[in-house]
Amino acid sequence: MRAEWNSFKEGIWEKEINVRDFIQKNYTPYDGDEQFLAEATQTTKDLWAQVMELTKEEQAKGGVLDMDTKIISTITSHGPGYLDKDKETIVGFQTDKPFKRSLQPYGGIRMAIKACEDNGYHVDPQVVEFFTKHRKTHNDGVFDAYTPEMRACRSSHIITGLPDAYGRGRIIGDYRRVALYGVDRLIEDKQSQKDSTRTIMYSDVTREREELSEQIKALKELKELGKIYGFDISRPAANVQEAIQWMYFGYLAAIKEQNGAAMSLGRTSTFIDIYAERDLKNGTFTEEQIQEFVDHFIMKLRLVKFARTPEYNALFSGDPTWVTESIAGMGIDGRHMVTKMSYRYLHTLKNLGTAPEPNLTVLWSTRLPENFKRFCAKTSIESSSIQYENDDLMRVTHGDDYAIACCVSSMRVGKEMQFFGARANLAKCLLYAINGGVDEVSKKQVGPEFRPITSEYLDYDEVMDKFRAMMKWLACVYVNTLNIIHYMHDKYCYERIQMALHDKKVTRWFATGIAGLSVVADSLSAIKYAKVKTIRDENGIVVDYQVEGEFPKYGNDDDRADQIAYDVVHEFMQYVKGNHTYRGGIPTTSILTITSNVVYGKNTGSTPDGRKAGQPFAPGANPMHHRDSHGAVASLSSVSKLPFKDAQDGISNTFSIIPGALGKDDAVLFDDIAFELEPDCACCEPNANLDEE
Amino acid sequence: MRESKTGNIHSTESFGTVDGPGVRFVIFFQGCPMRCLYCHNPDTWNAKGGSRMTADELLELYEHNKTFYRNGGITATGGEPLLQLSFLTELFEKAKERGIHTCLDTSGIVYRKERQEAFERLFQATDLVLLDFKHSDPQGHRDLTGQEQAPVLEFAKALEDAKIPVIIRHVVVPGLTDKREELEQLGRIIAPLRNVKGLEILPYHTMGKTKYEALQIPYPLEGVEALEKEKASEAKKIVLETILELRKKKMK
Repeated sequence: MRAEWNSFKEGIWEKEINVRDFIQKNYTPYDGDEQFLAEATQTTKDLWAQVMELTKEEQAKGGVLDMDTKIISTITSHGPGYLDKDKETIVGFQTDKPFKRSLQPYGGIRMAIKACEDNGYHVDPQVVEFFTKHRKTHNDGVFDAYTPEMRACRSSHIITGLPDAYGRGRIIGDYRRVALYGVDRLIEDKQSQKDSTRTIMYSDVTREREELSEQIKALKELKELGKIYGFDISRPAANVQEAIQWMYFGYLAAIKEQNGAAMSLGRTSTFIDIYAERDLKNGTFTEEQIQEFVDHFIMKLRLVKFARTPEYNALFSGDPTWVTESIAGMGIDGRHMVTKMSYRYLHTLKNLGTAPEPNLTVLWSTRLPENFKRFCAKTSIESSSIQYENDDLMRVTHGDDYAIACCVSSMRVGKEMQFFGARANLAKCLLYAINGGVDEVSKKQVGPEFRPITSEYLDYDEVMDKFRAMMKWLACVYVNTLNIIHYMHDKYCYERIQMALHDKKVTRWFATGIAGLSVVADSLSAIKYAKVKTIRDENGIVVDYQVEGEFPKYGNDDDRADQIAYDVVHEFMQYVKGNHTYRGGIPTTSILTITSNVVYGKNTGSTPDGRKAGQPFAPGANPMHHRDSHGAVASLSSVSKLPFKDAQDGISNTFSIIPGALGKDDAVLFDDIAFELEPDCACCEPNANLDEE
Repeated sequence: MRESKTGNIHSTESFGTVDGPGVRFVIFFQGCPMRCLYCHNPDTWNAKGGSRMTADELLELYEHNKTFYRNGGITATGGEPLLQLSFLTELFEKAKERGIHTCLDTSGIVYRKERQEAFERLFQATDLVLLDFKHSDPQGHRDLTGQEQAPVLEFAKALEDAKIPVIIRHVVVPGLTDKREELEQLGRIIAPLRNVKGLEILPYHTMGKTKYEALQIPYPLEGVEALEKEKASEAKKIVLETILELRKKKMK
């Protein structure tokens, strides 16, 4: 056994790249409470104060403090950058200094130029010339291949948010491999993968060999990145500080090369805890030191920054990086995967204050230990910054070493990746069905010229027939648009370091998405259960609707409306599946929130549910605003009826509630108060039932 | 087969978190004899409104989402649920048959000793009562609610005899129920009741006001400001101190 692995329990992980096996053999589930946690050290506080100062300066400058306009970002493009070299226990920035955004033109030079211009910077003319004349980008490739129909769908917003001008993201490298094995071993492994490809050079074999070569080059550069900061990461990490640092270098390399829509971290806490436990036992580090490493690591993740345009930020409501880290969950052997490190990660919300990034996501199971559940609840109340996802649901398909990319996309770390596919606007699709493919906003013929509906009142069966045909058409254009996008992204903006941290054989999820589900469900319900009158413009195009009477609305646990939502998701997915997908991608869909619902709504005309042109959709799988009138459980119950098997890439429901409506924090239960004042008081009977909530 | 009764139901709320322990399915009964000046549900006063539902229909709605209610149950509130005593009893009995925790939120105003037997039957199926104690002073009670206080005290005693756990609720309204002596009197009423498990002092709020506007009823507490949270805590302290002092004395 290697010296760095001393005292680890052996397993198959020594013989092959298998982080899960290492974790399962070596991790220590923790059932205790948060008492062991250490507060922020003075060093941490100093560094964070510096960050806050820089944040202030950044805001004062309008949102961007500094941009690189000359050096094209690669794994090794920049010298070391620090906040304060002597104080940082985990190091590394995307460029040579914090808050300076890197220049990443491979996704699209136009986007890179615009991101700079919009913030008052100008990309070096030589770089612009190089990427327009001599080196093609992903964006150029896509537009060379797009059909006129695809372009029309794109500009009429029936398909939007496509990753055709920026990095697609949603790929999680298994950054833990860098720490556990060291880069040399990973290179060796990739080399043997390359040596064992098939020998007849079909185009996929050629591509595979080229990609493996790129991966090996990227790993060599990763080693170089370590050297830039003074570390030899060719060997495995020997303690917890190194493990975090090594892992972070892997992640840093990825964000230096990819400005992806979501650059998620994976599932690292339980892995790192194994090193922490060993170091605590050996006396290498104290709890305070370990918490400091974690705080500094999380601080780095909070400072991930990309050059983006105002339009991009409008689509995603802010400047998200989606550095999602998945915490806890259950193992398939029945042991929970909560460790002390799960607590330490969440504790950064206290030590550094609350923040939206990294997106700390608890994989929730009813079987998680009670202490941890309480700690999560407490931290949620104090920080409002924890995301929860249903591990009991996802574990079934993804096992116990999956992580979340972006907000809900689940994938086995290092074994599965996703082709991110934005969303199809099904509300607009319904309007196309009614108007025979004519766009209700631009009045252009965008969809196929099917016969429009001519009656004054809409007939449910007629609308459904036409809607199905239109969904089938939309699914086809949509999937094929994505086929082009992912082909070109692989070709011109390949995620070499992230894929270097994957197995040779990777399962690819071909993600699609649905926007406007609740609008469609309510519209169809209105047509079915009430009367919907069409209002036409001078050319006979339906531009508005009048609903007469009441109809069941999605979001009230009413099966009549909920069944429609179910059917729409299921049927659309059937049509998606009917298409060829690039690289054998397995089709999946999501009903996500990311608040692009505002943008989608803005570009969609009035709908038969009574929603007026331009009004926002409900986010994700949410019921429409103010239409759920039976309380939260009924609303959530409607959402929970959607078929997860058809929408495995995630269903999200945005739910906010005023704290007071979540229960009372100041009701006095006599057993509590009596205990406090009179421990032996005869009248106090324990009443666990009552103080439960 | 006996015929199912129907109750007169104002509405249901699927996510009740403030009316009893856990997440609860809350059933608002239609009709109330009280006219509390601060009432925030005036739309439940009229005994004739609402829609007719059977106990099974209501419990089906509960069962549909029962995973949410694991640590909760159902709460009957209103309105005044005791106005529909026999339907309420049937609802709770059927709930108990299904193993559902039952909680009654009531003012106790319609309690009469003469109907003790009927109430006994309800008590058998009731796990917890949230007793809304409106005013500690008999005259104050009359002024605030338009009803006598005596039946409420009798109801409290009946609950104690039946050993039903009770949480006392009391709304503190500036100028109406916030005087020290009134709060101390409340403490004196509560202190001897051995079945009281908790106390909720609720600060008066003005969120009901829009409902009055919608119903075109003049708002009785026009101009009265919502009570600050701190003031409610002070009020609670007064009540608690009175209770604890009296109980200590009794133990000695």
